Amino acid sequence: MNATNMNQNLYRRRQFANRMGMTLSMLAMGLGLFVLLWILALLFKNGFAALHWTVFTQSTPAPGSEGGGLANAIVGSLMMVGVTTLISTPIGIFAGVYLSEFGDESKIAGVTRFVTDVMLSAPSIVLGLFIYAVLVAQVKHFSGWAGSLALALIAIPVVVRTTENMLRLVPGSLREAAFALGAPRWKVSTFVTLRAARAGVITGVMLALARISGETAPLLFTALNNQFFSTNMNGPMSNLPVVIFQFAMSPYENWVRLAWAGALLITLSVLVLNILARVLFREKVAG
Amino acid sequence: MNSTSADSGMLEKNMLAVVKKQRFQDWIFHKSTLLFSLVVLLALLGIIVSLFINAWPAFSKFGIAFIWTVEWDIINEEFGAAIAIYGTVVSSLIALLIAVPLAFGIAIFLTETCPLWLRRPLGTAIELLAAVPSIIYGMFGLFIFAPLFAEYGQPALQSTLGQMPIIGVLFGGAMNGIGMLAAGIVLAFMILPFIAAVMRDVFAIVPPILRESAYGMGCTTWEVVKNIVLPYTQKGVIGGIMLGLGRALGETMAVTFVIGNSQRILPSLFAPGSSIASTLANEFGEADDFHLSALFALGFLLFVITFIVLGLAKWMIIRAEKAKGTKT
Repeated sequence: MNATNMNQNLYRRRQFANRMGMTLSMLAMGLGLFVLLWILALLFKNGFAALHWTVFTQSTPAPGSEGGGLANAIVGSLMMVGVTTLISTPIGIFAGVYLSEFGDESKIAGVTRFVTDVMLSAPSIVLGLFIYAVLVAQVKHFSGWAGSLALALIAIPVVVRTTENMLRLVPGSLREAAFALGAPRWKVSTFVTLRAARAGVITGVMLALARISGETAPLLFTALNNQFFSTNMNGPMSNLPVVIFQFAMSPYENWVRLAWAGALLITLSVLVLNILARVLFREKVAG
Repeated sequence: MNSTSADSGMLEKNMLAVVKKQRFQDWIFHKSTLLFSLVVLLALLGIIVSLFINAWPAFSKFGIAFIWTVEWDIINEEFGAAIAIYGTVVSSLIALLIAVPLAFGIAIFLTETCPLWLRRPLGTAIELLAAVPSIIYGMFGLFIFAPLFAEYGQPALQSTLGQMPIIGVLFGGAMNGIGMLAAGIVLAFMILPFIAAVMRDVFAIVPPILRESAYGMGCTTWEVVKNIVLPYTQKGVIGGIMLGLGRALGETMAVTFVIGNSQRILPSLFAPGSSIASTLANEFGEADDFHLSALFALGFLLFVITFIVLGLAKWMIIRAEKAKGTKT
């Protein structure tokens, strides 16, 4: 009788611990989702309220003046992100090809892989410091080029790692078939392997794009900001993240409104890029 | 007869030439891809060297004591890293304290109890939380979280934990929302998805046969997690936590918005402080000469610390994934 009681007690305790654990884990999940939805809801509410067509046509307003828009910041951001993509895509893809196609034979590849992984999470503000030291301080002025280079340092590791992973998903038989036809290694790598992994590689580039479009810290000391409309990559350049940073902390009401509008634009583009990249990759895996 | 042998000789020569050409092309291809991957290594080397050179004036003046000097006097050019290091470490630890249990819960939910059809969308949602730019977290923290925290969170904390003996001092002082604790909480939600994603991935590599054996013996889900999954994935879990720590240490925008930016060390977690990254973001634009060098010294320290933490994290995760190959 006593033994059964004890067993039942034990059973109840275990059941209780189990229910507690599972409930808490569900709550954690709920909290995570809640925060995401909360942030999005706020962005939509404040962002769409501030979104007016002048946001796209006028440049950032001077302190104290009314109205204004983000045209210069949007153009600046697009140009810098564009240049960054042009720099980081070839470097990232070639380095990724090296890691996946020649990587098993060399020590350098192992070290590179390790360093890229660490650079993926390295503090982005330090990358800004680095570009400031080697470029901005040398030519003695801030520039859009410097901003693009700092962003490229963040984008390259993302492209390298996704490219390598995607190339490794390509079945070895495909490579062997090409080799058996007498194709040289570079042709196999570029025309067979890379082509087969195309969707995955594009996914990597898009993820890198998403990653850098919201980066603020590395731009603070490189591209700085520009109150006026400018397409000169060789001078200080306005960009959305830095404008948001300055405007959100400012006392002017119209500046804060513009910051929300900018935040909405950035987040939307980052989320759209992320979701597109996922859909693209899934289609490739399914097909 | 003669002509055919000449032909095959020609053919052989031709083939040899083609092979030679292809060898050469392959060599070029190999070396050029190698060159591009060296770019990454050179960048790392460049970062460390250039930061150190620029930080040298500060390091040579203050020596190693720079690390523990509690002083940040711009006017008299007396600098020490202790205040910023304190802020960085404390805000990151608060973030870990909150994010680790939450991430653990999310990972368990996604791998153990979540219905299969929901796993993908929920996993994607958590990954999207990681994609939200950090400046958005900063705005969110400043405009939404801080006011709410000042009105509800901080009074509640002060009237409960603030009344306890020793730790009470952590929750004393003015309650205006922003400060060390607020920065830690905002950081927690920033690093949560990174930790959760790593934990989910390493939980998924536990061989099904181990899990099923435990269930077969009558274990509850919680017991399976505690006694099978966690011990098996220990290294990966620690790696994930350290990855989150690395992210938290170097995070700039989210912290700068809510930490309060004051160069002091105060006992209360409600008080404003500053981290290495927030000091850089706030002061670098106006700094010159020696002040600049001190900021570079901070940047150098930050890079070295995060590099070590992230390196260890990576090493742990690699070892966890290798275990998958040997233990099954």
